[in-house]
Amino acid sequence: MNRLFLHIRTKHRIGWPDILVTIIIIGALYAILDMGRGMVAPLSSTNQPAIHLNPVYLPYYAGQSLLRMFIAYALSLAFSLVYGRIAAYHKFAERIMIPALDILQSVPVLGFLSITVTAFLALFPGNLFGAECACIFAIFTSQAWNMTFSFYHSLTTMPSDLKEAADIYRLRPWERFVKLEVPFSMIGLVWNSMMSFGGAWFFLAASESITVLHKNIQLPGIGSYMFKAYLEGNVPAMLYSIATMIIVIVTVDQFVWRPIVAWSQKFKLDVNNSENGPTSWFLQLLRRSEWVQAVLRATFQPLGKLPERLKTAATEQPVRRPKRVLRIPRRASWIILALVVLFGLRYTAGAVHQVLQLGWAQILNAFQLGFYTFLRVIAATALGALWAVPVGVVIGLNSRLSRIAQPIVQVAASFPANMVFPFVTMLYVAWHFGLNIGSVPLMMLGTQWYILFNVIAGAMAIPSGLREAASILRLRSLAWWKTLILPAIFPNLITGMITASGGAWNASIVAEVTRWKSHTLSASGLGAYIVHATTDGNWSQITLGIAVMSIFVVIINRILWHPLYRLTETKYHLD
Amino acid sequence: MTAATLIEIRKLSKVFSGANGAQFHVLSDIDLRVAEGDFVALLGPSGSGKSTLLRIMAGLIQPTTGQVLYRGRAFSGTNPGVSMVFQSFALFPWLTVLENVELGLQYASITRVEKREKAIAAIDMIGLDGFEGAYPKELSGGMRQRVGIGRALVMEPDILLMDEPFSALDVLTAENLKRDILELWQMGKIPTKAIVLVTHGIEEAVYMADRALVLSRDPARIVNNMPIPLPHWRDRKSEPFTRLVDELYSILTQLKDARSIVAETSAPATRKMTIIPDVAPGAVTGFIELVDDLGGRVDLYKIGESLAFDLEDLLPIVETCRIFEFATVSSGDFDLTPIGRELADATVLERKTIFREQSLRYVPFMERILWVLQSKRNGQMPREFFLEILQKNLGREEADAQLDTLISWGRYAELFAYDEDSKLLYLEEAETNDATPE
Repeated sequence: MNRLFLHIRTKHRIGWPDILVTIIIIGALYAILDMGRGMVAPLSSTNQPAIHLNPVYLPYYAGQSLLRMFIAYALSLAFSLVYGRIAAYHKFAERIMIPALDILQSVPVLGFLSITVTAFLALFPGNLFGAECACIFAIFTSQAWNMTFSFYHSLTTMPSDLKEAADIYRLRPWERFVKLEVPFSMIGLVWNSMMSFGGAWFFLAASESITVLHKNIQLPGIGSYMFKAYLEGNVPAMLYSIATMIIVIVTVDQFVWRPIVAWSQKFKLDVNNSENGPTSWFLQLLRRSEWVQAVLRATFQPLGKLPERLKTAATEQPVRRPKRVLRIPRRASWIILALVVLFGLRYTAGAVHQVLQLGWAQILNAFQLGFYTFLRVIAATALGALWAVPVGVVIGLNSRLSRIAQPIVQVAASFPANMVFPFVTMLYVAWHFGLNIGSVPLMMLGTQWYILFNVIAGAMAIPSGLREAASILRLRSLAWWKTLILPAIFPNLITGMITASGGAWNASIVAEVTRWKSHTLSASGLGAYIVHATTDGNWSQITLGIAVMSIFVVIINRILWHPLYRLTETKYHLD
Repeated sequence: MTAATLIEIRKLSKVFSGANGAQFHVLSDIDLRVAEGDFVALLGPSGSGKSTLLRIMAGLIQPTTGQVLYRGRAFSGTNPGVSMVFQSFALFPWLTVLENVELGLQYASITRVEKREKAIAAIDMIGLDGFEGAYPKELSGGMRQRVGIGRALVMEPDILLMDEPFSALDVLTAENLKRDILELWQMGKIPTKAIVLVTHGIEEAVYMADRALVLSRDPARIVNNMPIPLPHWRDRKSEPFTRLVDELYSILTQLKDARSIVAETSAPATRKMTIIPDVAPGAVTGFIELVDDLGGRVDLYKIGESLAFDLEDLLPIVETCRIFEFATVSSGDFDLTPIGRELADATVLERKTIFREQSLRYVPFMERILWVLQSKRNGQMPREFFLEILQKNLGREEADAQLDTLISWGRYAELFAYDEDSKLLYLEEAETNDATPE
């Protein structure tokens, strides 16, 4: 269900939309930076709230963090619905918007953080609101793209009979959206929401506390608590924050996502789903509670009637295709596009100019560092797969074991791995173990769970007929793995590895420089390069670092993951 | 001289343990023998454990007690002498037809070239010439099953096990495939020495097999071992053929009695349950109307044939009619009772009344549900409550299915209502007082 690269339908060549979009995005990113730079407001250290390590503050901090998460999620959801719908219904916009998403997905969220922090701080000088916005924005960027792809994909694959029915019943755009498009996309959207929300904890933990221009900005929250705890080397406080984090993740899962996933099952298209779907005890509780039902009725019934109220007298108009969301004349489209491209060019030129000033030696050096980080990402992904495949298969083939293990692995995947980095750093410091290799296990801490999670799901889904056939054919050891298991879990394995490697690129920014008390460990890699540039406030280097990392991610996606993913959709598709 | 015994099963039973420690007896006291030259069909109501028995013969499932011998010897793991054809085909979608068939030769001690030749020969034999390089998804259902058969035959097993191999295919394709298999078997074109076929088609069994084993259910025992001594090719219209089919029909439709005796002897402590088969009320009334139009009495096999219903479709309806006493069944004949005739002529509302009365009279659990709901002040009760009671007598899944059926009957008879979202059963009258979910 958690599908990646949803937009790949045909063989994708790099065409003019890609180039245009690249220019626009680089331009836009640089524009934010450029505007922010001129207005860097001094944030006095006095008006910063101190973070208290007393555990009684933890519920408050957890609440603050949770609030950020939900605000960011609401923004992501709104963005997905609007962006996805425009992209799906506006052919011209689609050609720009979809490649744009693909590239945005490749920009490392955390590298971008320093830029957004400065920009937002500049917008709201003198208080923490800017930093707050930057943190929420970081969480938003880690959630929105995936969800948008999901919604867009649902809209473009909607069966034509449903669309025709909507036309026959003369649904207006709003009704169509509420009664057809959102319900139809619900299952995918909910699933992607849950996964994205889980993944976003990592970005929350990393972005609540950030050092820009040698100045540490801390927002009250669980991530800052952790940061302060390990700067002070306060192990009990570190353990408190980890325990709180786990409680928060499990609580949100039980009280928010499980109920929503269980509820969304009613949007399933196939009617004959007799097998047991996901269930939620909390949802059962809500459904049986009279007053909750009464409140829900009171809230949603008027909302449901909204379109009727908005309806004009034009009910008797003949059946015709409803208007598109935004009917922009073709010429206007071109003008808008030209303006956007001009804007992009202007700032891309600025960015290129900035980067060129660093000199070719620096640029080559950044690519070299990028290559080191690339090797680490590949190593982390491969090592993760190496242990997760056998373990995941054993768990997935045993139904009792997988019932126990799956929720645990899901929590582990949601848990922000950067919160346990200090413990590992502590060991590295004690053993005098460098971060050049040491950062690989750190990356794995966060990313291997995605592989394990997907492999378990893949192994569980192997049809019993195939397993029995393998027994009857006496496939043993090597043949069993080669003929049955590996091909059967291949699609899930690839999905898991794509997610893991994407996560590892982001993790490189927190895994290549770590601290424990006064010790700072650093690896030679692009992540460390970006962190140092951020601390120094060297904008040219930040720009270069992010650009190089994005280039690496885009190229690797195109030459490695896209073809593999296409293979899973065709040859290894179990139906 | 008797033929050599290939598979022998002695005193076999199989118990699955479900959640909350409930024990679920699937097979009990099974003794059987498959000898060289046998073509055995396993028949029985759905859920009777035919497929479980087949998988125990194959060594895919271990029996709880008892022994399975192949050529007089016990084996561990998969039975070395068998190969199997699956209802779902079980082809590896990432392998071509040729590669799928070659899998059967994985461990044969012959050269690569010989393997290829043998696989191609098997593909030719099952009529898939020219499709060697195709992937399963490019093939139709019938062709996929041919690959499945080819893969099984290339292993040159002593015994070929077939688990409802034709039930996923349309009638014509299945017919074609049956003939081809019979031809390979009859003409001795394959070295296979015995075939065991699991099926729910009585006619299919009588057409193909030389012996039919009839299983009861809950738990399954072998209630009949009937030889089918007709020469091949068999004429479906001939008198001996239809007589055998009729006989098997009447054995299968009498199974209910055998079952309740079993239930009483094996578990005297448990309360006797009337299990309603999973059928829609509309199917029952439709069938009764039809029988009424035909004079109130029909031959089950004939009506099954004319409706193109197989046993799987017909048996649950027949059994439901018996439970509600809309009809009596004896030796393959189906007779409407006076109340059955009344139902046939009734209006929609009258029918609901009849159903209401009959289900309270003959389905004790329905009465119990109603009693529980009536004794609650708010007139509602969660589904799990009833599920747990049912689970004491049935396995988890079966209890779930049975409750679904009871709910659909209860709703139809307007005994109570049910809200799927909150999983609550409730009395209809209560709705006007409280604001129960719509």
